Amino acid sequence: MTELDYDKPMPPLNRDSKPFWDSMKEHNMRLQRCVGCGKIRHYPRPVCDSCYSMEYDWVRASGKGKVHTWTVSEHAFHPGFLAALPMTLATVELEEGVRVCAQMRDVEPGQMAVDMAVELGYEDTGANFTLPVFRPA
Amino acid sequence: MAGLTDKCAITGIGETEYSKNSGKSVAALQMEASLKAIADAGLKPTDIDGVIPYGNMEMVAEDFITNLGLPDLRYSAVTPLGGASAVAAIQAAVSAVASGIANNVLIPIGRNGSSGQRIGARAGEMPQFRLIGEFEMPQGNIAPPQLYAHMARRHMELYGTKSEQLAEIAVSTRANAILNDNAVMTKPMTIEDHQNSRIISDPLRLFDCCLESDGAAAVIVSGSDRAKDLAQKPIYIMGVGEGHPDSPSTITQRPDITTLGTAKAAPRAFGMAGVSHKDIDVAEIYDCFTYIVMCQLEDLGFCKKGEGGDFVSNGRIARGGELPINTHGGLLSQSHIVGMNHVCELVKQLRGSAGKAQVANAEIGLVTGYGDMGDGSVAIMRN
Repeated sequence: MTELDYDKPMPPLNRDSKPFWDSMKEHNMRLQRCVGCGKIRHYPRPVCDSCYSMEYDWVRASGKGKVHTWTVSEHAFHPGFLAALPMTLATVELEEGVRVCAQMRDVEPGQMAVDMAVELGYEDTGANFTLPVFRPA
Repeated sequence: MAGLTDKCAITGIGETEYSKNSGKSVAALQMEASLKAIADAGLKPTDIDGVIPYGNMEMVAEDFITNLGLPDLRYSAVTPLGGASAVAAIQAAVSAVASGIANNVLIPIGRNGSSGQRIGARAGEMPQFRLIGEFEMPQGNIAPPQLYAHMARRHMELYGTKSEQLAEIAVSTRANAILNDNAVMTKPMTIEDHQNSRIISDPLRLFDCCLESDGAAAVIVSGSDRAKDLAQKPIYIMGVGEGHPDSPSTITQRPDITTLGTAKAAPRAFGMAGVSHKDIDVAEIYDCFTYIVMCQLEDLGFCKKGEGGDFVSNGRIARGGELPINTHGGLLSQSHIVGMNHVCELVKQLRGSAGKAQVANAEIGLVTGYGDMGDGSVAIMRN
């Protein structure tokens, strides 16, 4: 499959976040860290909102987190997700203090709970980018 | 800011027919609502010297100059806060009029939200949702019912809020729409009907979600000194405020996802107005989703965070209740006119011209806007 065949929304190219998406392709999620004060931030952006430094580097994410909240969608809002319904979308707080929104795998909707421990996984889309998913830890 | 209290009034309101298929252009809808508001005020189009077009930029200031023959537009601005735009535009209009820049500011909003491009489908194209477009839509987290479901689920888990409590909002709002001759949804609804409506994105059901509609509404903000000589009883603007939440573009990254920008706007609006919650006789609360109504009632300070579910129960927000809300039927059941229908309804309530849904002796009222994933705006008015 190529980008042309992919039937779901794709992340637009963005200079500030390219290292993040590159790290996803390597199955090795990296998060943006401020060189000035060390604060880790997500989603990637050019300025630290704590110390206003525009210098940053990228640190490997532990992949460990807990469920902050979730929804189970029974309506797709995009034809590409029809086959995935019902779809459990979790907002997960990583150990690093930032959150990632991703689909859950290997979980029944009734199992979902605030603070449930989860682990990061990777799914290659076949369209030259990789998405995060979470599974119960 | 207290210096703005009562300096301005809403002097005219105008609304088109609200429908699922207007058969008219957005331009025609907005001009019709604008001309109605101007006539309602007893003004002429040439008296309009300020305009705040809706932030989706389908119509711009130039369109109003051209169509209405405005000879000397002195003030134009845009308040790009999504559903909070209408009430935020009142704040902008008040500051322009009270400072002497303009005399009569027209605030029109209208669209073909049902028959034209559907509202829910557009979010990814809007710059304020760029981050969602990159990091959440590819996951399937695409439309407001999903994005807001994350908020509602967290509220339910932390505070024990129940779907049946959200149903109370849908049911009382529908009961009000049934009394309104210009409402799209007029079939009676019970709590059971709500509970039987299909899940869109758990915990939000179909009847927790607003309509998408065609139509337009407009208001005129004028200086209070001149308002007294116009056609209608002036409805004075006592206090206004807008507020933006932390992480305004992405709910996911917001430190407290159960709190909206409304929590920042409300103390400013109440402080400027110099009134307390018990003074509010009627409230029109932006209702894109039932949950958002409940959350705003908390953030406005009508109850504590986490107590919204109990607050909206047992008829408190119905007509005849302690705090009647959305007496026109709201976005849930009257029509989605981006909350300008809420502003028009509050003015009608305070004029005493709200028809069958009139709240007896309504003297002071509150209207909110809410939009773009968390922005809030609040206005408090009196007759």
